[in-house]
Amino acid sequence: MTQAQIDAEVARWRDYLGSHAELRGPDLDELEDHLREQVSGLRAAGLHDDEAFLIAVKRIGSIDAVSREFGREHSERLWAQLILGADPEQPGPGWRPLAVVLSLAAGAALSLAVPNNLAGTGGWIARNAALLLAPWLVGYFAWRRSLPRPARSGLLVAWAGFALVANLYPFAEANSEPGATEILLILHLPIVAWFGVGVAHAAGRWRCEQERMDFVRFTGEWVIYYALFALGGGVLLGLGAAAFQMLGVDAAPVIGQWILPAGIGGATVVAAWLVTAKQGVVENMAPVLAAVFTPLMALLLLTLLVGILAQAAGGRGTQVLILADRNILILFDLILVLVLGLLLYALSARDPHGPPGLGDWLTLTLLVIALVVDVLMLAAMLTRISQYGASPNKVVALGLNLLLLVNLAWSARLQSLFVRSRRTLTPMISWQMAYLPVFAVWAGLVVLVVPPLFGFR
Amino acid sequence: MRLDKELVAASATPLVLGILAGGEAHGYAIARRIEELTDGQLSWAEGMLYPLLHRLDRLGYVTSHWATGPAGRRRRIYAITEKGAAALAERTTQWAVVSAALSKLAAPGPPVASPRLGTADLALPRLVGVMA
Repeated sequence: MTQAQIDAEVARWRDYLGSHAELRGPDLDELEDHLREQVSGLRAAGLHDDEAFLIAVKRIGSIDAVSREFGREHSERLWAQLILGADPEQPGPGWRPLAVVLSLAAGAALSLAVPNNLAGTGGWIARNAALLLAPWLVGYFAWRRSLPRPARSGLLVAWAGFALVANLYPFAEANSEPGATEILLILHLPIVAWFGVGVAHAAGRWRCEQERMDFVRFTGEWVIYYALFALGGGVLLGLGAAAFQMLGVDAAPVIGQWILPAGIGGATVVAAWLVTAKQGVVENMAPVLAAVFTPLMALLLLTLLVGILAQAAGGRGTQVLILADRNILILFDLILVLVLGLLLYALSARDPHGPPGLGDWLTLTLLVIALVVDVLMLAAMLTRISQYGASPNKVVALGLNLLLLVNLAWSARLQSLFVRSRRTLTPMISWQMAYLPVFAVWAGLVVLVVPPLFGFR
Repeated sequence: MRLDKELVAASATPLVLGILAGGEAHGYAIARRIEELTDGQLSWAEGMLYPLLHRLDRLGYVTSHWATGPAGRRRRIYAITEKGAAALAERTTQWAVVSAALSKLAAPGPPVASPRLGTADLALPRLVGVMA
């Protein structure tokens, strides 16, 4: 065997390795380097080339076993199959899972549509929608992954507690419009509920970092499915309404009263089912979107920064328009949430051990620009609050802004270490996953503490 | 002699950490060092070393960076962290306890209980003879 033949054999071996979804480029590099060193070591010890190759391959071990081990360690590569996958051991009758999912979806649909026709006031639905829908999703994961008893009772207690708060807090209405603290509750309760779904998704093991990451991945895919459903459902309802109008029937009340809320409710469960069951179809769409929008987002923020600086340099100093707007903090919270989302989803499908690439530099650029712009905004807003006093909205927006700032600042540091090859991405993943409960606690505090703090106005 | 699977699996982490405690190394070097230390008696699929290293990396016991080897190929170099050193110290203590207990059993040491006036010393060879 000549060197060229050995190279060809090694290439063939590498191709075979590469056909395993668990193994990525850098792993192949590592294993190939191992194989080649082994071959040259054995040749130096006096073995013939072909013998050396055979023994080296044998020493690395069964490829299937090795790649299975890789898959176990790197769940990001096969997460859906590994966590919720086709359960090859439990074939079961084909109709049963579908029946369970459809009845859960019907439950979710009715739990939104029925009160919509009973309660009369939209306020009750708005406050309770998350609490009405979450149990069906939790039920789905409890059925799918069997939820241990402590987690089950914990979720039940939390659910009851938040239900009491949402319905017993004496919110003050201004001109029959909900007040600021009530709107804050309506916005934050779904976040709390979603973390409850996360506990069920993790089968109670929510402390485990990999379970958390899997839930982040699930969330991304779920949002995409839900958006697709909303799009399709909207088209369908529009066409249906138009068709009935031609028949002289006004379908709008039925659609508004029953079909729309039922669709909104039912789609939550069906989307969760599709993410877990049909993951092969649009697998890992969220990371693709993150990769596309990271540079665009960086460009947007950069333009914004240039705009602010140009206005400031234009002699108007403190009169920079955007900094004077009262909603600027909320706008910037949304931008930072988006930046964090881009970071998380860029991370979620990435091999934490791979070398840094162009995309990672882009992410770092995005983080740095977002931080610079946000510090400007924050300084402006703090001056405003000290001048005009605090309101529920300002306090919550400021708090969220600080949480995001801390997260992104440390992320920028970890990312800069990573792109300079000082660290792998592992510390970044650990940091993000450790930070998730902070957001859960924050949303919980906004629901529980902020309304009484501001007299329920 | 071949060590059995469970023992190999249990000893792999402290061995790898112990080797890295002596200086950073890439996967192949670690595999050769293990072979050297155990006189080739710890036989395992060397490919399994890499998922293990990646796990240790995730746990924060080791860090890694990419470098270019003498043959011009990219290779990943692993180094132990403080957390890894602490884990190694703990594992080593655990192993010492087990190993000490085993050697106490194996050593011919003072007779634990031999009520039959020292005949125990003779009984063992006889028993072995019967079994053979």
